[in-house]
Amino acid sequence: MVERVTNEMSILIGGDAGQGVESGGAGFAKAFARAGLHVFAMQDFRSRIRGGHNFFQMRLSERPVYSHRDPVQLVVALTPDSVMMHLDHIAEGGAVIFADTFKIDEGPLRERGISVDALPLTRIAEKHGNRIMMNTASLGATAGITGFPMEYLESVISENFAVKGTAAVEANLAVAREAFEAAQERYGNDFPFRLSPVPGARQRMLMNGNEAIAMGALAGGCRFISAYPMTPATSVIEWLAAAPAEYGVVTKHTEDEIAAVCMALGASFAGARAMTATSGGGLSLMVEAMGLSGITEVPLVMVDAQRGGPSTGMPTHTEQSDLLFVIHASQGEFPRVVLAPGTVEECFEAGWRSFNLADRYQCPVLILTDTLLASSLQTVDSGDIDFDKVVIDRGKTLEDEDVPGDYKRFALSPDGVSPRAFPGNPAAVVTAASDEHMEDGHISEAASVRVPMMQKRMQKLETARDEMRLPAIYGPEGADITLISWGSTHGTVRHAVDILNDSGESARMMHFTDLWPLPVDALREMLRSCRRTVVVEQNYTSQLATLLRMTTGFEANLTLNKYDGRPFGPDDIAAAVRREVGVGYKA
Amino acid sequence: MVTRLDFKIYDCPADVTWCPGCGDFAILRALKVALADLEISPYDALVVSGIGCGSKLPDYMTVNGFMTLHGRPLPVATGAKLANPELHVIVVNGDGDSYGIGGNHFIQTARRNPDITHIVEDNQIYGLTKGQYSPTSEKGFITSTSPTGSIEMAFNPMVMALASGAGFIARGFAGEPKHLTELIKQGMRHHGYALIDVLQPCVTENKVNTYDWYRERVYHLEDEAYDPADGDGAWQKAHEWGERIPLGVLYRSEGHPAYEDEVKTLNGGNPVTRVRELARSPRPEQYEKLKAKYF
Repeated sequence: MVERVTNEMSILIGGDAGQGVESGGAGFAKAFARAGLHVFAMQDFRSRIRGGHNFFQMRLSERPVYSHRDPVQLVVALTPDSVMMHLDHIAEGGAVIFADTFKIDEGPLRERGISVDALPLTRIAEKHGNRIMMNTASLGATAGITGFPMEYLESVISENFAVKGTAAVEANLAVAREAFEAAQERYGNDFPFRLSPVPGARQRMLMNGNEAIAMGALAGGCRFISAYPMTPATSVIEWLAAAPAEYGVVTKHTEDEIAAVCMALGASFAGARAMTATSGGGLSLMVEAMGLSGITEVPLVMVDAQRGGPSTGMPTHTEQSDLLFVIHASQGEFPRVVLAPGTVEECFEAGWRSFNLADRYQCPVLILTDTLLASSLQTVDSGDIDFDKVVIDRGKTLEDEDVPGDYKRFALSPDGVSPRAFPGNPAAVVTAASDEHMEDGHISEAASVRVPMMQKRMQKLETARDEMRLPAIYGPEGADITLISWGSTHGTVRHAVDILNDSGESARMMHFTDLWPLPVDALREMLRSCRRTVVVEQNYTSQLATLLRMTTGFEANLTLNKYDGRPFGPDDIAAAVRREVGVGYKA
Repeated sequence: MVTRLDFKIYDCPADVTWCPGCGDFAILRALKVALADLEISPYDALVVSGIGCGSKLPDYMTVNGFMTLHGRPLPVATGAKLANPELHVIVVNGDGDSYGIGGNHFIQTARRNPDITHIVEDNQIYGLTKGQYSPTSEKGFITSTSPTGSIEMAFNPMVMALASGAGFIARGFAGEPKHLTELIKQGMRHHGYALIDVLQPCVTENKVNTYDWYRERVYHLEDEAYDPADGDGAWQKAHEWGERIPLGVLYRSEGHPAYEDEVKTLNGGNPVTRVRELARSPRPEQYEKLKAKYF
């Protein structure tokens, strides 16, 4: 007999593309968030099966959750394939819910102690509407089996189907209610994994990383985005395009990524806060313009939502393989800043902070995210998306009325930053040239011009270095093992640290969000204080480990890599650390 | 009342690197005179160029200027125009920049119709890299990259502009600077994208398409009973090349909104003024309502 557990479980909804796996899952996640539960919901879009099997996996808890976790306690299968595909991920005492019209060999499931429940979901869907409402039926059944009150689900259904009219709302509500009752009738209170509203819980937002980046950018004064659709970055421009007109965001879906980055540069040159967003393939096309931003000192914010590469690679899967690319991209040498937020809250902050850095150092600023962070839904405290904390610092930007008549756009200065005026001011012309140029902006290839101008630009990197953040530490000081990570793995590594410490190991996390320029001296000291180190990265070549070695000489004891496009699970990391550390370990 | 600016306000002491006799000198002067005649000050104009001999033009003027990447001035200019529609934006680039590497931007900008005047210095050759065939080089044209003659058909910018929806299409000649000045002025007065393709002899690298070669062939549409508002007629004229080459306005279609006119978020401010206001007085409370849909 499996022990009863309340408000600590994972649910997986699997089905074909077009069956509403994502919309149904997101609706369900919202219902749970409204009931006061913490939610982490990850989407997985596969194309290895004909029809394109998708799944949506959510972890629910009364305590904060930062990552997905296997096994799952409940699989909601919208296709026969989905029943079998996730068998290995179902916990003891768990259940699979599916329509009784599916022809399933239940033997292997029962052998594993999985509760198998063919419910009349298709019939219920067709009775009140049509077959496509099977996802609504499944959600109703899930509420029924876990004892979760229907009212939360009803509120979400009513809102989500409102645009389709009252009839659609009523039909879906009827489907959900009948499926709920069918599941209740079958299970009563027998299912050991229960979900129930958390009394007095604070209301939390449920959002993904891209939404947070876009919201942060808007709050930070971004009023121009030009981009070309590319998974998983597209939702950044989509969000800004859907922002209420009163904010005045000019959005431009361009003919290609080159036009996208060039329009953003033109807008920024004119004085706007402008950005573009893409994935690695699009960024590859933007590389030349990144150098244009570098030499013309026109601020530019670029979001690189990474996915499995190279080339088209794995368009819908996650990877952290663009780190060294973005640090080195484009010919020649020029300063740039690279940020890799690790949480939705950090995405929001990076959204506005990137513009301050771009204006202060007049260079490209990259925000590295990836499929996992871009598209996973997480509950966030409203207070952590804090508009009062947003600062708009334009650095050495001159107001039009302050531009002197003898203005020199690229005046040499000790910190490398030259006061920036915009074209259209009444006192002086403003120029920019992709050629090397003099202080007044006119082009020159003289060595006597080149050397101080290179030194001026590169000085900005040193000036910026002083404000870059050291990695965040989570876990006990003096821990035996330090897991070193960056970007989207934040939640998973943090969870792995908890798992290790709960089982008597001594571990902590050192997590990077600021990746270039690195505050090298202080960082070297920090790294020196670590005992055993494991660098955890979703890539093949251990790019952060390489970067640390390159900049500080630090050599990690071990690297843990994953490049199958699926995110690390916290238990994978904990298990790998237990297995590997100590074996062949050099003190 | 005629209060023209003195075009010398656009002069600049920079060393000009163009060869003596280069057609670009006439284009530079024509642009300065056109801007002065239209009373557009150097502070209100923005000249955006690409890469190539002709794209150095902004460096030889006192004017807001952005010398960008090879092939990319049109999107840079469009971004600047959308961020600050008050700017008078002019793009100047060569035939390789505009019709070769930047060809797609040319098509897209023509159909997009931002209020930008696009002057193409069309010398039918790559000059700065010392003589390779360009998109507008004639089939059979012998250069260092086509030693036995180019085997591609020449690109026809007039036809392409027309097919792409440009509302103002003209051809000028660097050997007729006054005529060119008038074309630039007309192009700048046109509300929307305006293409002015300029026959621009490269005296060093193109020994075929010389001043004399063009002079023997060019004629003025203004001298004929020609109506540039007639699209069918324009389609005919756009194809005319060889024995006779028409100069002047081939096509003009007025009364259409420019791209930026239809960008609803430009009502009541532009991206430059909005961030300026926001930096002066942040309004966090205005943003709180963005959170509502996430609960």
